[in-house]
Amino acid sequence: MALLNDIPWFLIAASVAKTLFLIFLVVLPLVSYTVYAERRVSALIQDRLGPNRTGFPISLFGFKKDLQLVLGGLGQPIADAVKFLLKEDFTPGHVNKVYFWMAPVLAMVPALSTLAVLPFGNYMFGQKMVVADVNVGILYVFAIASIGVYGIVLAGWSSNSKYPFLGGIRASSQMISYELSLGLSAVPVLMILGNLNLSDAIDYQVKNGWLLLPFTDGNLTLRELLLWVPVLISFIVFSISMFAETNRLPFDLPESETELVAGYHTEYSSMKFALFFLGEYAAMIAGSSVITVLFLGGWHIPFLPVNTLESSMTAPGAVLGLVHITAFFAKVAVLLGIFIWVRWTLPRFRFDQLMKLGWLYLFEIALVNIFITAAILALVR
Amino acid sequence: MSPVLFWAFTLLMLAFGASVVLNRNPVASALSLVGSFLCLAALFVGLDAFFIAVIQVLVYAGAVMVLFLFIIMLLDLKAEQRRRFNPVALVGGAAVSGAFVAFLLHVLKSFPAGSQAFPNLGVERLDDVRLVGFALFNHFNLPFQTVGVLVLVASIGVVVLSRRELK
Amino acid sequence: MAYTVRRPNLTFWEKLYLPNIIAGLAITLKHLRKMLAGETHVVMQYPEEKWDAHLPEYYRGAPTLVTDQHGREKCVSCQLCEFICPPRAIKIKPGHIPAENEFAKVEKAPEAFDIDMTRCIYCGLCEEVCPEQAIFLRKDYAITGESRAEMVHDKTKLYELGGTMPNLVHKWNPDK
Ligand code: SF4
Ligand code: SF4
Repeated sequence: MALLNDIPWFLIAASVAKTLFLIFLVVLPLVSYTVYAERRVSALIQDRLGPNRTGFPISLFGFKKDLQLVLGGLGQPIADAVKFLLKEDFTPGHVNKVYFWMAPVLAMVPALSTLAVLPFGNYMFGQKMVVADVNVGILYVFAIASIGVYGIVLAGWSSNSKYPFLGGIRASSQMISYELSLGLSAVPVLMILGNLNLSDAIDYQVKNGWLLLPFTDGNLTLRELLLWVPVLISFIVFSISMFAETNRLPFDLPESETELVAGYHTEYSSMKFALFFLGEYAAMIAGSSVITVLFLGGWHIPFLPVNTLESSMTAPGAVLGLVHITAFFAKVAVLLGIFIWVRWTLPRFRFDQLMKLGWLYLFEIALVNIFITAAILALVR
Repeated sequence: MSPVLFWAFTLLMLAFGASVVLNRNPVASALSLVGSFLCLAALFVGLDAFFIAVIQVLVYAGAVMVLFLFIIMLLDLKAEQRRRFNPVALVGGAAVSGAFVAFLLHVLKSFPAGSQAFPNLGVERLDDVRLVGFALFNHFNLPFQTVGVLVLVASIGVVVLSRRELK
Repeated sequence: MAYTVRRPNLTFWEKLYLPNIIAGLAITLKHLRKMLAGETHVVMQYPEEKWDAHLPEYYRGAPTLVTDQHGREKCVSCQLCEFICPPRAIKIKPGHIPAENEFAKVEKAPEAFDIDMTRCIYCGLCEEVCPEQAIFLRKDYAITGESRAEMVHDKTKLYELGGTMPNLVHKWNPDK
């Protein structure tokens, strides 16, 4: 029973500061610009241009021209946000009010709380750059991700109409199915790391090279080479399951526009709809962060020195810490780019194909992969 | 954990538990149960038992209750909402739960070790995952495997039975 | 009759999905790269670039009124267009041509002629029905205004947009 009582006030302050930094300075801007990137990249892939001219409307204040050429559409997320905030927040008469209002929050909050255990940087100012350094990090991520389905299910159910309901039902069965392969595909990695703590996972990768690219520490042993196979398999299975968990195409059946209009958020408008939107993208960011931490070495950059607790207090240490935080989010951004790229390439699965893929292939592959890893770990020292 | 947080989560958990029983809408009951599971997990966190807390959320709130909710929504239960108030059942239920609470208090009173705080473990970070694993696979390996086989038998049985039903 | 589509027999690699997914990703990446390098030109940046020079002869833009080569307004306010107009966009107030006028033998000309451009559907029926070839659909397509009143084209505006169009039929020509 000793958590908040006897820790000094500045630790609480530091946690609050880290949380605020993570949510307001990193994740929310990252979310809005991911949406923007999604629109631009999808347009470019389809030989269009996308939103490329939203500027700040300084002509409202008497200037001759808007600042649009300089910005080239970068003002779009702000315009979107303003539009969402100003739109009429319409609640249809046939919905179940309480749950209808609760659902968007439940969709948004879990995605953001996942970020609490993700180590997004090295030591900086004598602080570990993670909000909560718990020893069950990865399990916490899975637990919170599994709660994320409530928002969608409730939205579908409380809307009291056909399409949202179908979307909600699809979402719950899909998420339950893919949670299994998600968890199981992470097991080989955790066996190699020998730990559930995410900071320790990165420390391991700093010493032994990233799991996905084991040569980043400069040498490649036989053990690493053999383990590369299961790690690669588990990376593929994990990423595919991550796509399904975040309802991204090719697994976006809960909100497929063509058959279910928009699935579970058909009845939502204005900021409540925006919360679903933000939740989905925040979940994408959280998923990419987990992949980064588990497979891509987190904040580590090969052949760059690593801060220790002491060196992080100095000025070069602070710079290095900043570089590492940037590296982490750069990796996340690359993964988000892949998310977008895949979405605008692949068509949607049929629901039976989705279930078949999850239960008949990914689940078994992940299971067998655990035994392969165990054998390699036991036989090759 | 500070007493404030402890009491906050305890009271919240009890409130959610009461609303499970008092709510007429099955979905509301299921959600209240999820809420009380989450508060229970928070209490576990207060005991530094992160593993148990996370498993509590992962298994009960994340998997079992989602399935419950799924079924409730599919069946669209309305009977419970139409049921009338039954004083006999109320009195009976109150008596049973009152007796249970009294019994619990009695047991706790006659259990002196419960009234004093445990000494601090003196470790920075308790590796509870590893401890649970060692306990399961070293000391309770046979019961663990037996339970596993039992669950397997049960699930195969469900598949076989539901298959036969279809024909 | 039920029509059965035969499923193709997939090879192992096709069943694996992954090679095809990668091939698909390569295609989209190619398009992305070409767009970024400016090699694809599909989209026209509208207000800056316009398609106006390529509009075909038969393009149906805003309906306008025309005058003939003698400066006479061709419309005789017969109101046929007003009656045919499906969304009832046209409103005509017929008027008499005074006797001292050079074209007094035409007798009638519109006193007021309004086309409500918020209603017009650019169907071209007015042009089709006009016995005097007085109303034509021109190539203006960007009709904008900040109020409803501004979107109603009155007679002056219509003649300004229409310009002149020489007579093909010479019955009203003063020298005939
Ligand atoms: S084009 Fe058609 S809609 Fe427009 S004014 Fe002429 S008849 Fe009416
Ligand atoms: S424009 Fe033609 S159809 Fe219309 S009133 Fe004038 S003469 Fe008649």
